[in-house]
Amino acid sequence: MQQSEESITKENKLTAKLNDSSLKDGVKDALPIILGYLPIGIAYGMLAVNKGLTPLQATAMSLFVFAGSAQLVSIEMIAAGAAVAAIVVMTFLVNLRHLLLSASLSLHLRNLPFYYYPFLGFLITDESFAVAMSKIESQKNKQRYFLGLGFTAYLGWVFSSAVGAFLTEFIDLGSGGALDFVLPAMFVVLLVMQISSRTEIIVALFSVFASLFFALTINGSWNIILATVLAAFLGVYIDGNS
Amino acid sequence: MEIVKFMLMIGGMVLVTFIPRVLPLALLGKKELPEKVVLWLSFIPAAVLAALLAPSILLKNGNLYLSLENTALIAFFPTLLVAYKTKNIFYTVSGGLIFYLLISLLF
Repeated sequence: MQQSEESITKENKLTAKLNDSSLKDGVKDALPIILGYLPIGIAYGMLAVNKGLTPLQATAMSLFVFAGSAQLVSIEMIAAGAAVAAIVVMTFLVNLRHLLLSASLSLHLRNLPFYYYPFLGFLITDESFAVAMSKIESQKNKQRYFLGLGFTAYLGWVFSSAVGAFLTEFIDLGSGGALDFVLPAMFVVLLVMQISSRTEIIVALFSVFASLFFALTINGSWNIILATVLAAFLGVYIDGNS
Repeated sequence: MEIVKFMLMIGGMVLVTFIPRVLPLALLGKKELPEKVVLWLSFIPAAVLAALLAPSILLKNGNLYLSLENTALIAFFPTLLVAYKTKNIFYTVSGGLIFYLLISLLF
């Protein structure tokens, strides 16, 4: 008798797990993200191959690094002949914001078995974060929702970069032209999405001038790093005095 | 790209992207960062994106390129408007590409 009751509970649990739509909702919510990744991923793949990576290398970078802006920046730096160390430092700075995204997501993904975190963390991007923050609250199983969302977006990114990378080998579109504007356009919209205060506008403007100044005075790609660090200090200074 | 250099680069990039993504999540606010550090970090996204954007549209071969023939610079303004109005990556990137193509046809 007891045994059958136990099996019924077990069965209920299993049904509950199957009926829980968190994973499916996550997958569905990733579709607009994939749509956004397609042009950028294809452009990334093409640029990467045009600027000296093999199609396999370009795809491998998407597979292992999974960070759109950092990948595009690294391609620009490879083309400019930058040192590996400079590329890695730049990648770190471009992705420092993930610290903040990860910290705020941790409010929703608490007390999970430890092995979850490497997977959940790897899937954090600006886009998955933005979608998750607006939808995760209502989900029953938040980790399954984020896994569904993040992993689907990840597949979309790897797929679109592979398409761009392997297509280039057969259709030589060359570099230059409108493709070169994908990256600036993406920076424009990500920047606009980031700015929510007057201090941030001042920080961004200062960073623009500092970046140009250092680019015109110092060789290599250090202008980005120097401008970023200084501009962030300016932000702390302004907010500390107001 | 040479395979050894590529492996070194990917290895480094994996480390510096994986750690900031996983660490805060895994440590789960057990220890809060100092307030000033959090504030400094909060300015990084805007600062780094602005620092990346400016040279990509205002420099050419290491020199300032302020000219009506600078298609990227002209296309920047309508692209900014789309970004501001939609706050959507897909619309902005596609819009930007269309503006860029139109402007390079017109000028």
